[in-house]
Amino acid sequence: MERIIFYLLAAIMVIFAIASVSSRKMLRSVVYLLFVLIGIAGIYFMADYHFLAVVQLTVYAGGVVVLIIFSVLLVHHIEMELEVPNKKRQILTALLSTAGLALFLTTIYSYPFEVSGKAVTTTTAQIGEKLLDYGPGGFILPFEVISVLLLSVMIGAIIIARGGKEIDIKPERNTPEPKEEVILKKEEEIQLKKILKEKASIETD
Amino acid sequence: MIPGVSITEILTLTSILFFIGIYGFITRKNLISMLISVELILNSSVINFVIINKYLFPDVLQGVVYSIFIIAVAAAETALAVAIIINLYRKVSSVEMKDTEVMKY
Repeated sequence: MERIIFYLLAAIMVIFAIASVSSRKMLRSVVYLLFVLIGIAGIYFMADYHFLAVVQLTVYAGGVVVLIIFSVLLVHHIEMELEVPNKKRQILTALLSTAGLALFLTTIYSYPFEVSGKAVTTTTAQIGEKLLDYGPGGFILPFEVISVLLLSVMIGAIIIARGGKEIDIKPERNTPEPKEEVILKKEEEIQLKKILKEKASIETD
Repeated sequence: MIPGVSITEILTLTSILFFIGIYGFITRKNLISMLISVELILNSSVINFVIINKYLFPDVLQGVVYSIFIIAVAAAETALAVAIIINLYRKVSSVEMKDTEVMKY
């Protein structure tokens, strides 16, 4: 039974991961990522680490994905499609990734893992005690460092996202516009002015 | 451990996810898509920590604690990356790789 569920989860995760890195619409690729993350939470549930699964669901599905969706909505038009990377580069990268995967798999399948068959259930209390343990092998120092890191990241994110002084980066880099475009633009401007005038006159009437 | 599932199968799954992430990181030209690929890579490595802890050393908790730290660092990284991307979009009105060519300011 667990085997079937595991293979189902694995298939879902691999399919959605591929869809997530190859979809041409931003928002969809974020939603596919969400499915992969939920699948990972499912694997934690199956491995009997309930606390980790819950952390995965709240931090990733609840926090990170929502953050990415917000940034997509802020910087993108939803219907806009990403440009396709060129075919040669895509195939080359796929080949390289497959070669790396083959290397990993040969290493994994040739290494003799000494699996201990014990089934130990880890409770949340044990994890909490380990995190706050200041004896040998305890994790109190990294725990506190992580909390300082999170605080500084919060402040840093606020300062960066608020923006500093405005600069215009590209004025001298642009090649001068071709003459026809300039003429076209001028015509457009003239037309726009006409329309605006008409509107104004209608409104005053 | 998960009954009926060996450790090599799970490690195979995580390796596949890892290399899908690498593939996306190299082929994608958009900053947000690259961020998504990085999330995939980080998550696959977190599963490795957890599963190796569960299968090989079930009495200790090091793998679980490390994976919690990795999750926290990944969340911090995402928050900062999103802030940088939004600021960049305000400056150059684009999130494509080829448009972000200035490092100063």
